[in-house]
Order: sequence, then structure tokens, then C-alpha cells
Amino acid sequence: MAQAHAPQFKNPVVKWIDSRLPIFSMLDHEYNQYPMPRNVNYLWAFGAIAGIMLVIMIATGLVLAMQYAANTNIAFDSVERIMRDVNYGWLLRYVHANGASMFFIAVYIHMFRGLYYGSYKAPREILWILGVLIMLAMMATAFMGYVLPWGQMSFWGATVITNLFSAFPIVGDPIVTWLWGGFSVDNPTLNRFFALHFLLPFVLFALVILHTAALHVSGSNNPLGIDPKGPQDTVPFNPYVTIKDGFAVVVFLIFYAAFVFFAPNYLGHPDNYIPANPLVTPAHIVPEWYFLPFYAILRAIPDKLGGVLAMFGAIAVLAVLPWLDTSKVRSCKFRPIYRQFFWILAIDALVLGYAGAMPAEGVWLMIARIGTAYYFFHFLILLPLLGKLERPLPLPASICEPVLKGGGRVAAGAHAKPMEKA
Amino acid sequence: MRALKSAILSAALALGLAGTAQASEGVHIPEQSWPHSGVFGTIDKASAQRGFQVYKEVCSACHSMRLVPIRTLGGIGFKDDELKALAAGYEVQAGPNDAGEMFMRPGTPADRFPSPFPNDNAARAANNGALPPDLSLIAKARKGGEDYLYAFLTGFEDTPPEGVTLMPGMNYNKVFPGHQVGMPNILQPDGVSYADGTKATVDQQARDVSTFLTFAAEPHLDARKQMGVKVILFLIVLAGLMYATKRKLWSTVH
Repeated sequence: MAQAHAPQFKNPVVKWIDSRLPIFSMLDHEYNQYPMPRNVNYLWAFGAIAGIMLVIMIATGLVLAMQYAANTNIAFDSVERIMRDVNYGWLLRYVHANGASMFFIAVYIHMFRGLYYGSYKAPREILWILGVLIMLAMMATAFMGYVLPWGQMSFWGATVITNLFSAFPIVGDPIVTWLWGGFSVDNPTLNRFFALHFLLPFVLFALVILHTAALHVSGSNNPLGIDPKGPQDTVPFNPYVTIKDGFAVVVFLIFYAAFVFFAPNYLGHPDNYIPANPLVTPAHIVPEWYFLPFYAILRAIPDKLGGVLAMFGAIAVLAVLPWLDTSKVRSCKFRPIYRQFFWILAIDALVLGYAGAMPAEGVWLMIARIGTAYYFFHFLILLPLLGKLERPLPLPASICEPVLKGGGRVAAGAHAKPMEKA
Repeated sequence: MRALKSAILSAALALGLAGTAQASEGVHIPEQSWPHSGVFGTIDKASAQRGFQVYKEVCSACHSMRLVPIRTLGGIGFKDDELKALAAGYEVQAGPNDAGEMFMRPGTPADRFPSPFPNDNAARAANNGALPPDLSLIAKARKGGEDYLYAFLTGFEDTPPEGVTLMPGMNYNKVFPGHQVGMPNILQPDGVSYADGTKATVDQQARDVSTFLTFAAEPHLDARKQMGVKVILFLIVLAGLMYATKRKLWSTVH
């Protein structure tokens, strides 16, 4: 980069602090000068969007926690007090409840972007695995958060999911009792879920810091999947990517606000506005939409333990994905056959999600089974073979070359003093 | 490639459509047009006030609304003195007093609507074993929301269709899951007499009480939508400015 050297700070206080604790140098290095491939598209903004979502969730969650009471006798009513009596409590709760869905939308798009452009391949394996851990932590956090309003779906969802652990032989039942803190989902369960729901977002935050640290070692991938060859292939993060990501964040917020203000309960389930009742089981117990593909996999296997293992396996295969995909070429752009299978996998995930919302019987059970089989086939058989069999298209020599094809040279000063021409 | 993409799009659309169809679970709930539907819709206060009258004179004999404070009605146009007078008409348990005894006092707007039965068991005992659900959140706790409430209230049939045998004490309803419901067909033509002169047909009463229950479940509905319009307009302008800035900055790169 043009300014790759350590920055000189004019402010004496900043200078004084920085020579003792170089946080300003670090920030300058990681968020000002950090070279981004110049050809990244808007799919690269979903990492920033997910980060913003985490901050929104922690900020609204903190205020909600000040008003919420984690006790089975009053939890439901305390949420209604937030909705009716706390100043802008309805806004806080709807932002938080819909925020969970938005967070998952952002993270799922972020992950499919990684799948499409091969962002999990060397040298980004640990970056990818940290991402899978982030997804796991998100799932645990979201699941426990959904239990807190103590509606019918909260209670029965918690009962179904915690009961999964009873599938393990010998240790299963003691684990479930230990999770519950009793012999059914009850007040101790609600209390610990609240404590963990408060703790996990900070674990998540720490994982995000590690994820970003790992990213800044290898640098960002890009749609071509080839490494930048030099400064002509990159732009400094600030202002180029800050403004681009910022624009994407605002567009995403419009989508988010549409749900919060005009369809705040669309993504929820009506049954969760009925207080939890251990004596009345809802007709269909359905998890939140973001768990549906995994729920479909769970129910597709006729054996309980098998189903639980398949569900966790569906996430575990993602963690070892860097070693399952044997192709050295990152981007789908140059992998004509894998590209087709990527889209089939995307459809498969949607179909599994839909099957997960349906009663596990008849044709939907069959579809869920086929979808599950295909999911594992894609990762465990197709990807290892395809890397050996597929003939990738020739890779361009550099990022600059295809970006500038059709005439033109690197605009003078493009990577030196960006504001000069503006 | 393009074919695959459009296949995904149509699959997603089909899923979305199927999702809406499935929401009513077999029984079709016709969508009503409410004054509070849509982005700019607001609660019809006159209708909600009439609906409250129906709730007070008809529903509240069996149904509680325990999460709603009486003062909430300020949101559909009740004045402070009206609220005080209305609240004073209810008897609310208070105490214990200095002698350690509970006592009854007239209600205040800060009180919640008193429940008709002291507990669920008492409610069941008085209603042939059926539990009349609390109405505080009923408009959000049923698939179809207020459309369902309206369809339910107008969906009773005096004689069940051929081949359906009702259990003792049950009534036939077109939209209730299972069609057999403990609640009788309670709305009668001119069962209430509206102060504003509106003719109290069954349809009108069902509409009014559904509007009121929507308000009771979501008293901040109007404020929410009004804020939403402002927030989204602001975000659109901000997005436009940011896009223009982004274009200008990146014009030196490409």
C-alpha cells in the first residue's frame, strides 16, 4: 500500500497512548489501510452486516434484560409489560426478535458466499472453522433466547430439543436431567437459559474478533479466488470498502425495518403468544425458520440417535469442508461443474427448510430423506471426487487484468490519494 | 446457469405461496380489509370503541383480558374522566389492609381488567369443562389474527352439516380447528345497542370486536407504523446519499 508504514499521529495524546499501547496503529492498520481486493462484490458486505447485527442484538438485548424476569410465573407477563408499558419496549423487543432472523439471514448468505467462492480453502481454513463455531454459538444463543418469553413454542421447543440428548445411550438421560436442572423443562431450565443467553453473545463477540484476526492474516478472498499480486489489485479498506459496506448495511436495514415495523410477528409463531402450558401440547411443534433445514435432517432419520448424529453431522461436515474439497481452484467462476452442484445444494437447503416446516409424514418425510441424503452426498462424496475429475477453466493472471479488460489502465492515484479526485 | 437461477427463484416463490396457503391449516380464512391493514393503516377508533362495548357487554362474561390495563383504552379515544368513570365501575381486589384482610375497592385506570373467574379451574367448572381463553393477545395468538377472529365469530352454524355429530354442550363452527367448540354463538343481531347509532348486525359486532382485540393485543400498532414510515424514508434517503458517495469514490478506481 501507499501508506504501508506506521502512521504518524499529530494529536499528542493519541501519540502518547499509541507509543505505550498501539491501539491506534492497530486500528489504522486493520481498518484504514487493510488492503481489500478491488473486485469484491456486494456479497462481501454480509460479513459487515452480520457484525452490525451482533452489535444491535447485544445493545437491544441488554436493555431488554433490564426489564425481563426469568421466572416461569412471570416471564410471559414481563415480556408483555415490555411490549405495553416500557417506553419503546415494543420497538426494542421487535428489533431484537426480528434481529435474530436478520442475523441468520446475513450469516447464511455470508456462508453460501464462502461456499461459492471457495473462501474456506488454504490459507483460510481456521478462518472458516471459526465461522462454523460462530454459527454454532449463534444457534445455541437463538434457541435459548426463543425459550425466554415462555410461550407455548418456547416451552415445547425447549422440551423437544433438550430431549434430543436423551438419544445417547447410558449418559443420555443424566445429561437431559442435568440440562433441565430437574425432571422436566421448568423454572431452573428457564433461569439457566437466561444466564447462558446473556453470556453466549459475548463468547460470540470473542469468536468474531478471532474470525476477523484470522481474516486479516490471509486477507479477504474475492470473486476470482486468486491472490492479489500487488497494490494494483487492492484498495485500502477505508474509505473504499467502508462506504460500500456502509451502503449495503443501510439497504439491509431497510429490509430489516420493513419486518420490525410492518410485519413484526411474520417470522414468529402465533402459539408463542399463548403462555406455556406443560399440559397442552401444540398441534405442530416447529422451530424458528433458521433451524428448519437441520430439523428436517433430524426427523429424516428413522432412528432417534441417528437423527441427532445426522443433525450435528450436518454442521460437522462444514467444519472439515476445507479438507473435503480437493480442488485447488477457489472460485466457482472457474469450476463449471461444481458451480451447477453449488446451486443444487442451495436448492437442497431450501427444500430441507420447507420439509422441516411440514409434518414429518408421507411425501414430506420422503423429500426430507432425499434432501438429507443429497446434503451428505454433496459434501462427503461429490466434493472430494469433483476436485480430481473436474477440469477448471484457466485462471486470470491477476485481479487487475479482468477488471480492466475492455481498455483502460489503473487510474493514476487510485491507490495513492483516493480523495484527490473526488 | 440462468436456468438454474430462475429455477431457484421459482422454487422460492412456490415455497412462499405454499407457506401462505398452509397458514390456515386446511380451513380457508378469508382475508378481510381492515382500516388498520397495510403500511399506512391505523386502528379505526370508533370501531374499536364499539368493539370494546361488545367485549364489555358480551365477551367479558366468560373471557378475561388480564394483561391489559384499563388506561390502555386512552389509545382509542377514551378521555381521562371517561377512563376514571369506566374503571370505577369495576371492583378490584386490594389489600391486605391493616387488619390483614383483603378487600374490594373501585378500580382505577391503572388497574388491569378484572377477570370473570378467580382461576382456570373455576372458569372450566362454569363452562362445561371448556376454558375461555384470555383475550389480551388473542389477535396475535391465532393463525390468521383478526381475520380468524372475524371468521370465527361469524362462523357458527345452528345445525351442523350432515354426518357431524356434536358432543354434548358443543357448538359447530366452520373455522374452529375440529369444528366443535364450547363457546355458543354469542353475537346476536342487536345484542348490543351502539351509542353512535351504528346498526349492531352480527357482522358489524364481529368486525368491531376483532378491531378492538387487535388494538388490545398491539396497543402501539399506530405508533409503530408511523415510526416505520419515517424510519424507512430516512434510510432510503441515507442509502441514496451513501450510494452517490460510493459511486464518486469508486469512479477513480474502475
